[in-house]
Parts: sequence; C-alpha cells; structure tokens
Amino acid sequence: MTDATTAASVPEKHRNQWADVWDQFKTHRGAVMGAIFFVAVCCLVIFGPMLWHLDPNFIDIRSKNQGPSFAHPMGTDQLGRDTFASVLQGGRVSLLVGVTAMLLALVLGTLVGVLAGYFKRLDGFLMRITDLFLALPLLPLLLVIIMLFRDTLRAAFGPETGIFLLIVFVIGITSWMQTARIVRGDVLALKEQEFVLAARSIGTPSRRMIGRHILPNVLSPIMVSATLGIANAIITESALSFLGLGFPSDFPTWGRLLYDSTNFMTLNPERVIWPGLAISLTVLSVNYIGDGLRDALDPRIRGR
Amino acid sequence: MKLKTALLGAATAVALSGVTAQAERGADGHLNIIYWQAASILNPFLSGGTKDTEASSMVIEPLARYDEQGNMLPWLVDEIPTVANGGISEDLTTITWKLTPGIKWSDGSDFTAADVVFTGEYCMHPEGGCQQESKFAGVKNVEALDDLTVKITFDGPKPFPYAPFVGVESPIIQAAQFANCLGADAPNCTEANFGPHGTGPFRVTEFKANDVISYEANPHYRDPAKPAFATATFKGGGDAAAAARSVLETGEFDYAWNLQIDPTILTQMAGAGKGTVVSSFGTSVERLMVNLSNPDAALGDKRSTLEGGPHPFLTDPIVRTALSKAIDRALVSEVGYGAAGKPTCNVLPAPAIYASTANDACLGQDIAGANAMLEGAGWVKGADGIRAKDGVRLSILYQTSTNAVRQDTQALLKQWWSEIGVETELKNVDAGVFFGGDQSSPDTYQKLFADIEMYTNNFAGTDPEAYMGNWVCDEIPMPSNNWLGSNMPRYCDPAYDALAAKMGQTSALEERAELAKAMNDMLMQAGAMIPLVHRGDVSAHSNTLNGVKMNSWDSELWNVADWTRAD
Amino acid sequence: MLNYTIRRLMFTIPVLLFISFIIFLLLDLAPNDPTGNLPMTIPPEVREKIRESLGLGQPIHVRYFKWCVQFFVNEPLNIIDQMFGTCTWGCEDRLRVQSWATRSPVVDLIVERMPQTLWVVGMSYVVGILIAIPIGVISAYRQYSWFDQAGTFVSMVGFSVPTFFTGVLMIVIFSVMIPTDSWFWFPSIYDTTHKVTDLASFGFQIRQMAMPVFVLALYNAAQISRFMRASMLDNLNQDYVRTARAKGMRERVVLLVHVLRNSLIPVVTVIALGVPQVFGGAIITEQVFKVNGLGQLLIIGIQGADIPLVQTLTFIFAVLIVLFNLIADILYGILDPRIRYD
Repeated sequence: MTDATTAASVPEKHRNQWADVWDQFKTHRGAVMGAIFFVAVCCLVIFGPMLWHLDPNFIDIRSKNQGPSFAHPMGTDQLGRDTFASVLQGGRVSLLVGVTAMLLALVLGTLVGVLAGYFKRLDGFLMRITDLFLALPLLPLLLVIIMLFRDTLRAAFGPETGIFLLIVFVIGITSWMQTARIVRGDVLALKEQEFVLAARSIGTPSRRMIGRHILPNVLSPIMVSATLGIANAIITESALSFLGLGFPSDFPTWGRLLYDSTNFMTLNPERVIWPGLAISLTVLSVNYIGDGLRDALDPRIRGR
Repeated sequence: MKLKTALLGAATAVALSGVTAQAERGADGHLNIIYWQAASILNPFLSGGTKDTEASSMVIEPLARYDEQGNMLPWLVDEIPTVANGGISEDLTTITWKLTPGIKWSDGSDFTAADVVFTGEYCMHPEGGCQQESKFAGVKNVEALDDLTVKITFDGPKPFPYAPFVGVESPIIQAAQFANCLGADAPNCTEANFGPHGTGPFRVTEFKANDVISYEANPHYRDPAKPAFATATFKGGGDAAAAARSVLETGEFDYAWNLQIDPTILTQMAGAGKGTVVSSFGTSVERLMVNLSNPDAALGDKRSTLEGGPHPFLTDPIVRTALSKAIDRALVSEVGYGAAGKPTCNVLPAPAIYASTANDACLGQDIAGANAMLEGAGWVKGADGIRAKDGVRLSILYQTSTNAVRQDTQALLKQWWSEIGVETELKNVDAGVFFGGDQSSPDTYQKLFADIEMYTNNFAGTDPEAYMGNWVCDEIPMPSNNWLGSNMPRYCDPAYDALAAKMGQTSALEERAELAKAMNDMLMQAGAMIPLVHRGDVSAHSNTLNGVKMNSWDSELWNVADWTRAD
Repeated sequence: MLNYTIRRLMFTIPVLLFISFIIFLLLDLAPNDPTGNLPMTIPPEVREKIRESLGLGQPIHVRYFKWCVQFFVNEPLNIIDQMFGTCTWGCEDRLRVQSWATRSPVVDLIVERMPQTLWVVGMSYVVGILIAIPIGVISAYRQYSWFDQAGTFVSMVGFSVPTFFTGVLMIVIFSVMIPTDSWFWFPSIYDTTHKVTDLASFGFQIRQMAMPVFVLALYNAAQISRFMRASMLDNLNQDYVRTARAKGMRERVVLLVHVLRNSLIPVVTVIALGVPQVFGGAIITEQVFKVNGLGQLLIIGIQGADIPLVQTLTFIFAVLIVLFNLIADILYGILDPRIRYD
C-alpha cells in the first residue's frame, strides 16, 4: 500500500533496508497482483462515479429488477436504481471504512499487545481492560454511543462525515482485542528467546528492543489480523446500517448492497454476485499484499 | 341403528360445514405454524406484542370476538348484549353477558362467571402492569349475578361497551389457576403464564419461551368434532422472508404470519405452487406525521414543543399540500406492499361506515401542480435547486424506523420531493429505540426531533373513538408530561376537541360515524398528517391447509378450530 | 504456575464485579425500552405503568444491588436446593433473576437453550478447529503450492462472505431447489423440540444440524487456518528447525512435534477467544436457520430491552472470557516453558 511511495522516494545509489524490502516484495507474484488489483479497485471507486453518470440514488421505477444490459451492466434493484453505480459509490465508503477501521484496531491492538507482553507491570491491567472490552455487549454499546454522539457529530461535520467518523470509531474500538491478545501471546514467547535476551544483556533500551526485535517478529499475526480486520469492518458496517445505526439508507455500501439483495438471490442473482465478489476479491488482494509484505520484511526469507 | 344415526349426523355435519375432511377431533394429524417473532409468554395481559396474544388465542378466548368482516360474534356467550335485547341498560351504564352453559376449561372444570370477574380484577389491579388496562377504562365494577351471568357497570354512560372481554386482547383466564397471581405477584406465576388453562381448541403441552410452543387438542373443547388437528407446533425465530420460504417454497410449515417483504419476492415464492398468500385489511395506515412545532436543536428544552414556536415552513398549508401532492401513493403501495396495500387519503380508512371520501383528490400525483403552488406562494428555487422564501430553505429531516419497505418508501419520497425543490435528509432509527419512548433518547417517535416522521398506527377492534381522540390538544407530547402523548404532529384545534368530546356522548352508530368522518376530514384538511397507504396484513398458508380466514380485526388464528388438512 | 493461577483467580473476583457493574450501567443507558415492541394501540400511560411494574422507577444502584443479590446469592442457593431437594432460608419467596419479557427465571431460559447451542455452535467450532489446523499446517509446509492457493482462496472467501448470505444460499440450494423427498434435501428450520432416541432420530438431528454447522465451521476454520499458517511459516524458518533436520530427525517429527508446538501460541489465543463465543451463540446463523439458541435469546433480549436477561447472559459470557483467557495464559506456559509469569 505504502510501498509504491517509499520505493519511488528512495534513490538507487542509496540502497537501504526499504529498497531491499521493495525488491523482495516485487518478486512475490501474488503480492504484486494483489497490489495491482487493490489499486485498480481503489481507482475504480474513486474515479468511477465521475465517469459513470447514473446517480446510485436515481429511481427509475419502470426498469426495476432488471437483469444486466448496456444501460445497467449489473442490473437494477427493486426501485430501478442502477446496481453498477451503487457498487462504485458503495466501494468508496466500504473501502474507506474497512481500511481506516482496520488500521485503528490494528494500531490499538498492537500497542496494547506489545506493551502488555513486554512490560510485566502493565500486563495485568491491560489484559483486564481487554477482558472488559471483550465482555461488553456490542449492540447496547453501539446504541449508547450513537445516542450520545450522533447528533453532536452530525452538527459538527454534517451527516456523512459525522457518521463516518462514528462508524470507524465504533468498529475500531470494538475489534482490537483479538489482535492485542495474539500479539501479547507472541511477545511473551519472543521475550524469552536467546536473541532478545542477548540484545537486552548488552543494554538495548526498551524502545529500540520493541522496534528492532519484537515488532518485526510478530508481524505475521498482525498481517493476518489486518486482512481479517478489513473483511470484518466491511461486514460490521453493513450490520450497523441494517440496524439503523450506520449511514443513512440512501447511502450504498458493499455490505449493505449484499444484505439488501440476499432475498433477491433467486430473482436476479447478479445483484448479489457483484457486491459479494467485490468484498471477497478485495479481502483476497489485501491478504496477498499482506503475505508479500510479511515475506519482504522477514530478513531470513529476504536473503534466500 | 345407533351407527346409522352417527353416520347420518357426520354426513350432515360435513354437508353443512362444507369441509371435506372427516369431522373428527384430531383426525388430521399435526399443524405447523411459524411466527417469525417468537412468543415469549402466553398471558396476553403481560405480553410483549402481537405474537404473544396470537399464540395465546389458540388456548384462551374472549366472550365475543370479531369475524373476518369485523362483525362481532358471540363466542362464549349465546348472544351479543344490546339495548334492544336488554343486555345493555337504557342509560348505557351497564352491560350484562350471559355465558353459554356447559363450557369447560381444559383441565375439565366448569367455566363460570367467577372466572370473568376474576379476569377483570386481575387486569385492573393497580400493581399488575396489565397491558390491556385501557380495555377496562371506565369500568366501575364487574360482578357475577349467578354462575352464568356477568354484569359490568361503568362509571358513566358508555356508548360502546364492548371493550372488556371482547376481542383477542381481552380473553378470559381461569380464576383457579391465576388466583395467587394478582398484582405484584403477576410476573412470578411462570407456570401459569407459560401454560394457561383455556376454553379454546388447543392446550399447551410444552412452552419454550422465545422459541417454540407445542399444543395438543383440548379434550374438553365444546365442539366434540373439533379441532381437526391432534397436535400443533408454534415455531418462532428467523425473519419474514425465511418464514415465507418455509411455507411457500419448502413446504415445511403450514401457516406463516406477517410477511411484510418485497411483494416481488413474495409473488415469486408463491409461484412455487406450495402455498397461497392471503391478506386482509384492518385499520392500519402508514402515514407521515408533520411536525407543526419547531425541531431546531438550538431551542434546547423547547425543541419540538409548542413553546418552541411554530415550524419555520411546515406550518404553511401550501407547503404541506405540495408535499402531499408530489407523492404517488399508488406506486408507494405497489412497490412496498403489493396486494397488502391500498393508497389512501384518510387516517381512518375502515370500517367502511367510517371511511370518508372527501379527500380522495390526493390519490393522483401532481408534481407540476405542486411546483406551481409553491411558486405562487413565493417559494422560489435557489441556485442549488432548493426552494426558499425569506431565507428559509425547504430542507426536511425525514425519520422512520428501520425496515426495508420503509427505507424504500423514504427513497421514493425523497426523489419526488427533490422534483418540487425540497431537500430531504433521511434518517432511520432502530425500531426498539424509535417506538420505545425512552426518556433519555432523542430518537423516539414521541419527541419527533425531525421535520417529518413515518410509521403505521391503527386501532384494535372496530370502534375508532379512542383512536380519533389521539389528536386532541391534551395528547401533545411535551417534557411536562414526560413526552407521553399520541398527538405527534402537535395539532391543536378547539373545534376538533369539541367533536371528540361529542363522540364520547353519542351512542347512535350513524351519528358516531358522521362525527368520526368529520374529525378525519378536519385532520386531513389541516394537513397535520399525510396518509400514504392503507396497510393490510399478509400471511401465507400451505395449499394443504383448509379453512384459513384471514382476520385483521381479531387474532389471525381466531378460527383455528375449523382448520383442516386437505387431502 | 500454580501460584500464578491462584493469584489470578483471586484477582478475577473484583474484576468480574467491576465488569458486571459497567455492563449494568451500559444497559441502563441504552435507549431501547421494554415497551417498545408493544402494539401501537397501547396508550402511553399504560406503558408507563408497565415500566413501573418492572421496577424501572427505582434508582440504578438499588436495581444493581438487587440483581447482585439475586444472581450471586439466590441463584446458587436455588441450584443447591434443586440438587438436594432441600429448602434453605425461605425458598418459597426467594427472588430469582426474572426476565421481563417472559416473566420467568433467566437461568432456566439459559439452561433450556444449551442443547441446541452446544449441538450447533459448539459442534461447528470443533469441526472448524479440526479442519483448520491440518489446512494451516499443510498450507505452510507447502507454501504457494496449489493446495495452499486453494486453501487461501476458500478461507478468504469463507471469511469475507457473511453468514447471512451463505446461510440463505444454502437454504435456497438444499431446501428449496432440491425436492423434499431427495436424500440431499435438508430442513431449513431447526426443530428444538426434536429428541434423539434412536438411530433414525439421530440421523434427523445430523441432517438438521448439517447446514448451520457447515456455514459456521467454514467461517471459523477460515480464521483459525490463517493464523495457523502464518505462525507455522514463521517457525519453519527458525534455526532450531534446521538443527533438528541436521540431526537427522524425521521430517514428520520435526513438523508435528517441534514446529507445530511452537506455532500453537497464536492459535491457542484465537481458540480461547472463540470458545466463549460458542456460549454467546451465533446470532445471525441462528436466525437464518431458526436454531433459537443463546444468540437468539440475547438478541431478543437486547431488542426488547430485557435488562435482567441481557445482564445475566452477558455476565456469564464475561466469566467465560476471563476464564478462557486465563486458560490460554496457562497453556502458553505449557507450550513454551520459557514463558514464566512469576
């Protein structure tokens, strides 16, 4: 994701670690294809709505429940709205929510996990907080958060940005615990390995220890969490809109499109296929990017 | 000889009822019913919703109930008391019910007037939290004159005395079983609440709360030939589409309730040929409530109250009329409700004698006319295509509960309103919050912190007096009455209040109908509400099930004793 | 380790009390209402009376205290009485935790839901783990082989396509399209009153479990196999693996004893987080197949603002979370003896 920029900014003569990473990443076929696909999807949902002029909210009741045609390549829904336009527009929200909420959960989870695993003093406290968050019932929590903040955020940022912030926050705050537990478990084991003990014995400060030795070695579970996190965020968002806790109903997202069209599965299958495919392929591409990144960042593999 | 008589009797019974199956109790095996909202209790006085009352209606029964036309039928009595037959006193303050002799409870004991008296006592107990308390409004005393005669005395003349013990919401429970469950003890009688003894065709054999109920035929049921089914299952859970599928497509179930799903899907499912979709119309109307007070958040505590001042533009009758004119009700009805919807221009669309025809002009959509009206009144389109006058933009926040059909309706209305230069922001709220009335939530339908809201309302039974009383000045929700009120539009007109008071003293049916129509027309002409669709109830039954008569005035299972299996 | 366990268990009690209070606060603050699902024909004054009769008029600390007494004192006493047929301190008028919607003891409702929850959700979790671990191991060992690629594809699709979709898809295929008399037909509605008494009824039980278990197992297996694969990959490149191979150990032993054992830490974490979820039920899958287990009980409780029910269920859930996380911590120490907590 960020590799394209890092690679471009690094001059050839000045070969450093990041150039090595990029070189290794490039050799991973799956990762490169995943990255190309992901960028293509991003471009499509960013620029697509500008090129495809149908408004996803425009109702043309005479052409409801249609199959694919030149006018509507993915058919239309029960009100005659164009599915292709909805998929393009919905992708913007879904990708943005998916990536930001995942990043939020990942950062929070990794932070808590590393701190709890590395510093024994913090372990008890942080893990009990994690237990608390795991135990909180999601739905009442959402109802409360939305009751308390929806109007304030709507007034401050407008209905769309306000609710976007709210949703990203809600999903992020309720899905970091698994990452935290997993990272902590790995850190606990890592901490006792010889190279860490060696590094500590020569007086490496904790900050360097974590950055140099711990984090790179817990990268693979973090990458898996990231992949699963995107899928989770996209689906959770649809559950939220379905419950009336998410975006307004005239705001298509992939998850929502999939949910709304589930009952139309036998009537017009293409309505479910496209949003479903969009979510799965995006998650799949992120997974391959994650695989490639992990391999690229692992010095043992890089040398091979 | 004996055998011959029996056979003859059976033959005449078949010929009379027109039912082909053999008239013998339990001959048709098992009946499978699915209600996608699971029943949580079988005591309708403590229930959480329609599903519980309907589930209990297979077991316990009222003195009289409504048939599928909305006519009152004597059920546990021989005739409906009237002034003419002396059952209602001349001064309209008492009503006397005479029970049919020989009726037995499912435990074999006799059904007597004492049970009826006890039921009244049970529901009117101040600490019981009885859900149907309003059925007993104005009841001074319920007494047993003898074992089979019950006299109800009201504290004043009651032109329509058929509220207590009539209809699915007000059945009779057994005194012996519930004797220790009065008042504060009501919730602790789990066993009685889960398996009430009844006079109905079935009795409960197993109750799993929020899941499934198993019934068997009541051996003491008054008609020895009924019910045709020996056992029945009342399954809950899932959603409406899944329930429809189980009857119409997979054929696993015989009857599915409340199938409010996209009509296209329902038609397609019915195409599988395993079941039939049935619908009937009661009094439900999907309507827009127009907020006549100002919902501006800047007003703080005075938001959406009369003290907060009038709404910046919805108090202009031209705007309200234009909003109504822009709607194609026929299309809303067709897209969202199919056969279970009819476009309507009244909040009181049924029964037929109460239905006004004065407002039917609204049925046709007229976008050009609406535009011209707004233009003429000085609402001019700005650069963004939204009309404004004196700095007030026609921008509407339009809220409703979360429900796929309602969101489709919202989308349609938003589009039409945009064509007349009105901007709409949509908002949907979880139904539990929206209808919940929690004091601390800003999203309840009573607070109406929006410009327009949409939901369905109706009334139970056939008498609209209480329903039309919803829009008197005293019913306006406001902080001082904890937002408890039913007058969502904050409509207040002394002339309307006078009509409502007059209806409370009129007993002749025709006069009452005239009054109700006049009140309906007043509300419609004032534009306080914009009715959209007269909604019916939709259910589906298997093609192998005979005898289903959809009923919107009473329980859908009101005649379950007559249901039979087709061969 | 024993010391550590005992210390943790002692510390658990105040933590759980604190969690229960936070949950209670949260539920009280939530804006839904027990009268929200009543028909519109019930007037507001009657609704207010119903709320009063549920005890909602009392201040929050009183209600919390009542729940604590009912749950921590009365319910255990009731269990003791039921087990020994005794009657300790006034068993007649002992107040148990009562659900508002059903007016019956919450604990009885939970017990009633256990069989179908364990059959369906529990089984799906076991099946998920049993599938996921071999797939993860083979995928990692044969990285980028066709098996790995196929496994990656299936598990990613399995995870990213939500169960509300896969469930309905299964029903459309196996309950609607396939004729009812075919062997491949499966019921779309789970019968909770079904009792297993003989082979035929056991067969029916398997049939009615098949679809929900498959849908859930796919979802669980997808997640666990990804973590298994990633962790195996990390360990396969470690020095000790090379050493073991150099020592001439058999590949199977290297893989299954050394690498697998060291790779299990993240998987144990995920499984330990997942087991309490079994008891939390699977809300969407249960709804799609009408299983009506604990998940459905919880969601109905939340929608109907049935605070005693939701509070009790959530609290039991919290106990399990705390307990299983403790078990995971102990397992870390067994899997990797270098981890020490003292």
